[in-house]
Amino acid sequence: MNAVRHVLGRLASAAFLALVVGFFALPMLWLATAPFDATPSITVSVPEFTLANFRAILDNPYALGSIGNSLIQAGGAAVIVVVLAALAAYALSRVRVPGRDALLYVLLLLSSVVTGTAAMVPIFELATRLNLVDTHIGVILVVSGGLLPAAIFILKDFMDATPTSYEESARVFGASPLQILRHIVVPVVRPGLATIAVWAMASVWGGFLMQYILLRDPAKSPSAVILYTLYTEGGQPNLDLISTFSLLYSLPVVLMYLFVSGRYGFRFHGGIKQ
Amino acid sequence: MNTDAAGLGRGRAVTFVLPALVLIGVFLVFPALWTVYLGLTDYRLTGLAAADPQVVGAGNYTAALGDERFQRSLWLSVQYVLGSAIIGQAGLGFAIAWTMRGRRGPVRRIVEGLVLLSWILPSSVVAFLWIALLDRDGGTLNVLLGTPGAAWLLDHPMLSIIVFNTWRGTAFSMMLYAAALENVPPSHLETARLAGASTFQQLRDVVLPRIKGHILTNMLLISLWTFNDFTPFLITAGGPEGRSEILPFYVYTTALRGGQLGFGAAVSFLILLINLVFALAYLRLLRNRDRDLREAVA
Repeated sequence: MNAVRHVLGRLASAAFLALVVGFFALPMLWLATAPFDATPSITVSVPEFTLANFRAILDNPYALGSIGNSLIQAGGAAVIVVVLAALAAYALSRVRVPGRDALLYVLLLLSSVVTGTAAMVPIFELATRLNLVDTHIGVILVVSGGLLPAAIFILKDFMDATPTSYEESARVFGASPLQILRHIVVPVVRPGLATIAVWAMASVWGGFLMQYILLRDPAKSPSAVILYTLYTEGGQPNLDLISTFSLLYSLPVVLMYLFVSGRYGFRFHGGIKQ
Repeated sequence: MNTDAAGLGRGRAVTFVLPALVLIGVFLVFPALWTVYLGLTDYRLTGLAAADPQVVGAGNYTAALGDERFQRSLWLSVQYVLGSAIIGQAGLGFAIAWTMRGRRGPVRRIVEGLVLLSWILPSSVVAFLWIALLDRDGGTLNVLLGTPGAAWLLDHPMLSIIVFNTWRGTAFSMMLYAAALENVPPSHLETARLAGASTFQQLRDVVLPRIKGHILTNMLLISLWTFNDFTPFLITAGGPEGRSEILPFYVYTTALRGGQLGFGAAVSFLILLINLVFALAYLRLLRNRDRDLREAVA
């Protein structure tokens, strides 16, 4: 009886996992086949193999440029977030600044409450008045402001877990605080900095709403926005362009994810997405 | 840790914290506070009220709460959160984590890899993948089901985006529950099983008490994120005829597309308040857990 129940249980769980694989793989099949299909259609089919579709990207005036724009915006935000968050996290971890705990609490609260959705109206208005609409720096500053609280929080945890003994001995040997930072602290916390950099890049690279609101000029728009206009602009969507562009645009995110999880293990951070 | 090991000093420490705080202040705190003021005015993108906005007091709030379109949006948002986050993501995430507990090897890697991939791909890519999947004429789903011409996005827009968001976000719940289930000692499950407990009884009596905190954390976070999710806009844009217009789309269409900035800010403020309730509950939970941990250690 127990053996029967056991076998049935194994079968049920195998069937369930097969369904799960089907459900999650089904929408993605198109991304794997259509870019290499000589005559891509909206239906998934075994491709008549070709690489010619990738030329469609070169023919589109905005496609390649948008990847450059994504790079500028994601890279710029990553630099700002890493530098400012690292400085703040280090100071908050090592020095007793008055009101520190309250500050950290408010930061954590803010990062989850003030989302792009809730703040799109004032952010659009603010960017308009500061002449930041249709500029890369506008997008970079706005998204950095949104990512910083979580970045400071995660990095402070990281710095708290790093022993201070290296810093102390360097100080005994007469190194100045800034030398200690540059030559001791930065190398020690580099994995944390790399994780935050990749996380910030990936969220800006894939982000849509802020970029969509703040940019009107397609020549400044990142891939997220250009791809959306490609399939909503009306008329027959250009499937060879959409499929190859989607694939090219997705690859960096997947690679960044593999880099982080392969190098540091996938560590579980509550609010890392957003 | 409060030992100033590098001899930074308080003055330099403040200088280090300040740039980040300025950026957060200008682009996160100020917009949130400004929403309160904008929401009390009749500010518009264009026209007379753009040049000289008047304070209308609580007018926007009473207008919004009395607006049928707002009420419908709020209700659709509730459906979206309950359907795709609480039932969809948390339910499916737990089921996957439970089925794969103790399993290692290629099956686990494939399942986890696929679920994670649907989570990390950029929004505008997954949105088009779902448009293609559900397409009326050549969509893969219709081909598979043998239902040519079924217009899923037109006939069942809410169901479509609920299933979409379940697909999109299950990864987080799956990982959280997988981590939580590792805290359940296998020997306890084994004992319960030998005593003849059914799977349901094992879940209720052995597993649930140990992962209660994780379940609550997960529910709060995914509800908050789903409530603020803008991604399905790329699939249905709120249509047809507003039948999938959840609150984020409502704000976007009335304020930024329709130009009623003051009114949109008032609705934004309501969203901020709802977010605040979720976030406070979450932080309280975290603090209680820290305290429990400290008491357990002491």
